[in-house]
This record gives sequence, C-alpha cells and structure tokens, in this order.
Amino acid sequence: MSALVLTLRQAPAQRLDFAPLTPNQLAGKSEAEIAAVPLNITRERMRVGDLFKLRMGDPGEIVIEGGSDRFDCVGCAMAGGALRIDGDVGAQAGRLMTGGKLTIAGNAGPWAASGMKGGTLEVAGNAGERLGGPLAGEMAGMRGGVVVVHGDAGARAADRLRRGTIIVEGKVGSHAGSRMIAGTLLVGGRAGPLPGYLMARGTLVCGHGCDALSPTFADCGVHDLVAMTLLADFVEPYSTTIARLLRHSWRRLLGDMAVIGKGEIFYPPV
Amino acid sequence: MQHLIVNGIRVDDTFAEAFGMRATALGITAPTLPWARQAATSMSGFGTSVIGCGAEVGIDRDLSADETPDGRPGVRVLLFAVSTAELQKQLQNRVGQCVLTSPGSACYAGLETEETLKLGNALRFFGDGWQVAKRLGNKRYWRVPVMDGEFVCEATTGVTKTAVGGGNIILMGASAETTLAAAEAAVAAIHKVPDAIMPFPGGVARSGSKVGSKYKGASASTNDAYCPTLKGKGDSALDSDIASVLEIVIDGLTPESVGNAMKAGLAAVLALGPQRGALRIGAGNYGGKLGPHHYHLKELLP
Repeated sequence: MSALVLTLRQAPAQRLDFAPLTPNQLAGKSEAEIAAVPLNITRERMRVGDLFKLRMGDPGEIVIEGGSDRFDCVGCAMAGGALRIDGDVGAQAGRLMTGGKLTIAGNAGPWAASGMKGGTLEVAGNAGERLGGPLAGEMAGMRGGVVVVHGDAGARAADRLRRGTIIVEGKVGSHAGSRMIAGTLLVGGRAGPLPGYLMARGTLVCGHGCDALSPTFADCGVHDLVAMTLLADFVEPYSTTIARLLRHSWRRLLGDMAVIGKGEIFYPPV
Repeated sequence: MQHLIVNGIRVDDTFAEAFGMRATALGITAPTLPWARQAATSMSGFGTSVIGCGAEVGIDRDLSADETPDGRPGVRVLLFAVSTAELQKQLQNRVGQCVLTSPGSACYAGLETEETLKLGNALRFFGDGWQVAKRLGNKRYWRVPVMDGEFVCEATTGVTKTAVGGGNIILMGASAETTLAAAEAAVAAIHKVPDAIMPFPGGVARSGSKVGSKYKGASASTNDAYCPTLKGKGDSALDSDIASVLEIVIDGLTPESVGNAMKAGLAAVLALGPQRGALRIGAGNYGGKLGPHHYHLKELLP
C-alpha cells in the first residue's frame, strides 16, 4: 500500500498542533476520520481536511506536501512508521518521539527532538534553539534515538541531553551541549561560544573548534581512541561527512570543571 | 576392539562421549595481530580442564580487521564452564587480569543471545568513577581510562547453554615422534573449524584420565589402559605395536561444531598415513551413560 499523502491547500492563519498526525495515532482510521482530526489551537476550527487535500494510503507512512513554520509538534510522540514533511516545521518537531523515522525537508523550529526517547529525526535544513532540549521545568532533554541536522543548529543544542546521539553537520550556536547529563553531540562545523557549558558527563565533538572555549575545560592532550572508530562506524549510515571527520586524532578536553567535570569535548588537535 | 582399516590406519568402532556445557565467546582486538593473540593467549592460560581450572578456554580463530567492531586485527576466544555462575566468574577474572592489562586491547561480545554475561558491566569499576558508557544503537560500551589510553569493552556478551565439551580422538602410534606428528596434523586441521577449541597445551593432551582413583579425594586418575608402559597388563587397550598415545579434546559452541572438528581431525590423521602418523585411532567414553552426546568415529570418517 502506498503512503498517505496530505497536500497543503494554503498557508494556515494560525499556529497548529500536529501531534495527532502520527502513524500510530492515525492507524486504523478511515479517510473521513483522518480529515476530521482537529489541528487548531485557537477557537477557530481547523481540521486536517480543511488544510490538506488527502490521498488515502497506509497511515504507517505519512507524507506531508508543503510546510510552514506554524506547524508545531510535528511527529510529537511518534512511536513508529515514517512521517515525511516536504517543507518547514515549527516548534517541538519530534518531541517525545519513541520510534520510527521523522524526516523534515526544510527547517525545524526550536525544541526539535525535545525529550525524544527513540527513533530517528532527520532535518535537511537548519534546526532552531535548544535542539533535543527540555521544556521549562523538565529535568532532562533527549534521552534516546538519533537526530541528524544537515544544516546548522541554534543556541543550546543538546541542552540537558541524557542519552542518544545528536549530529549537526553545520554550525551550532552558543552554549552547545549545555548542562549535558550524558549522550553524544557531534558538530561538524564551528560551535558558538562556550560549548559544554556546565556539562556533567557526555561527549561533545567540536569538529571545527568554537568561538570561545570556557577556561573550565582541562586539556588532556591529543589521542587516537578506539571509541572514536566505534562512534564513526555508528554515525556512518546517518552522516558520512561526520563519520569521516571522526576518523582522526582528537584533543580531549575534560570538563566542565565548574560542575563534576566528567564530560569531554573533542577538539581539533591544533 | 573391532575396527575398520582406512588408509592403513585402524579406526576403532567406538565413540567419543561428550557433555553439555555453558559457553561464551569474545572478540579481542589490539593494534596488531600479535598483541591481540598475546591477550588471548594469556586469557586462555591455565584453562585446560574444568576439573582444575574452572573453565576451558582457547582461541577459535584470528579475526581480520574488517570482521572486528573497531577495524583492528583480533582474535576470537571461546570459554566453557559447567555453570553460568562459574562462567561469569571465570570471564570476569580472565578478561580483567589478561585482556584489560594487555597493551592497546579492546574486548567485544562474540556471541549474541538473549541471556547475557557481564563483561564491561563488571570491569568498568576499574575506572574508579572515570569510566564512560556509550550506547551506540543496540550496543553499549564501556571506556575505562588506562595508562596507554582507554580500554574499550562491550557491556555484555552472550551465553549458550547448548555448548558441548569433551569431544575427543585418541591417536595411537608406533613412536612418540609419529604420534605427535599425527596430533599436530589433527590440531592444524581442527583450528580451521569454526566455533570449536582444543583447550589442552597446543591442542594436545598426553595424560588422558579415567574417572575415579584408588586414592580417596582424587576424582580422576591416569588412563592406565592407554599407557604404553603398562601395555603388558591384562586390561590394557593397546596393541603390541603401539608405543605412544595422545588425545585431542574438543569443546564446541554447538554439538555440530564438535562433530565437524572431530571429522576434520580424523581426516587429517588418516591423510597422513600410518608410516608418518598414527597406526590406530580411538575415542574416549564412559560406556555411554554419563554424557548425552555420542560421536561415533565410523560416522565421522571422510
């Protein structure tokens, strides 16, 4: 059976909540039932059928043709299947995802992959601030799965990351990997100021250095580590450029010594 | 003893009697193959028989760089014990003392099963708080800081309850030299069989044992029926032309791997012929009542 295709009729007049549009939530629903799913967050009603032209197919694989930065919570709590959106999305794409594959052809807003537990999120464009990070009041950010951003990511990428791998092929903003608990953030481009700010544990690779390195990271010298080969092999299917980048010697910086100092930043050797 | 004659060699119409065991496998890597072998050899030391060593340990085969998780040369090691608890203890002690300590080593699971044994999960404490866990997909690794860098060790490895220990062939020859030549030919052939090891020194045991002893407290004693210096005795199993006897003992992860190993060993000894090798081939058993696995030599002939 082919995929369920939703084609955007016109740009929405309000922010929308796309959380109900996941393969697991649409499973077993008829075309009419899917068209009646509400997406509005204001009093003005907006149903799937109002916004999209439907081409019925297997809801295990959903394709959304067209995007908008007003589409919030795309793939939120997705548990399996595939969801592909051929445009931009708003805040919290892939939040609390536990499985499946979410693909965004455009840019993602802030808090993409927030609290994600499993599955894969791929963003072809850029991601906003706090990629994988927790919402206000939450103790931990992303805790499993893989995020791949082919463009750049905003400030505080991997904030409070607990487990899982975040790959950013481009640049990241300030305070990348802030308050990291564990897990891995791989940055292919240059990081903004103060990467690893208050990180307790975890691994942060700054592929092309950063704008300002905190003095609370201790230089441990240049090493060829077996663990880097394992990491490169794991990353290979998601990003060949990052995998290639990982396969050489790295300077290991231990920190953040302002907290328990058991995290690490891998920095170019020179 | 009834026998067949194959290529001039007498093959006894008997069988090897083998037992069920618990087993695990590891992949050990290092910057070079000699160092991977060194770690594996140290780990296999004093691992000949569960009677006195706790585990039977040996090298299965070398692993090329593209077969290992970290792209370095490696060695596959198999461990056999009588219980899962003993296997866990032996694994932890042997990897901790012999692989962790070996320069540049890393250690990976060599078997994937539902039930697991602790590997890095037990050794991580050596890191004294500086150890780092990395979960990559469905694998979890421990990175333990050591004086030459990091010891990388997979968190767990698999365990099988359907392993077999005690497959064997007994080689009887006209002299110590020819019998040893036959044993060496068998060992070389069996090394090529996957999932099987020969735990005794160089794969060969010269002091085959029988169950029991005239002395209290000894559970096993010399197999006097196969000792050439006692062959004049009424109950000797040896013919007048036999002057030396050696045994190859085989442990395998599956009943089939033990059968394949015995088959390969038999073929190599038979191909060597009676002039340069063994005059007669037998196998050890306890009458068939103790072990569930019976390997009849005539069914394993090439």
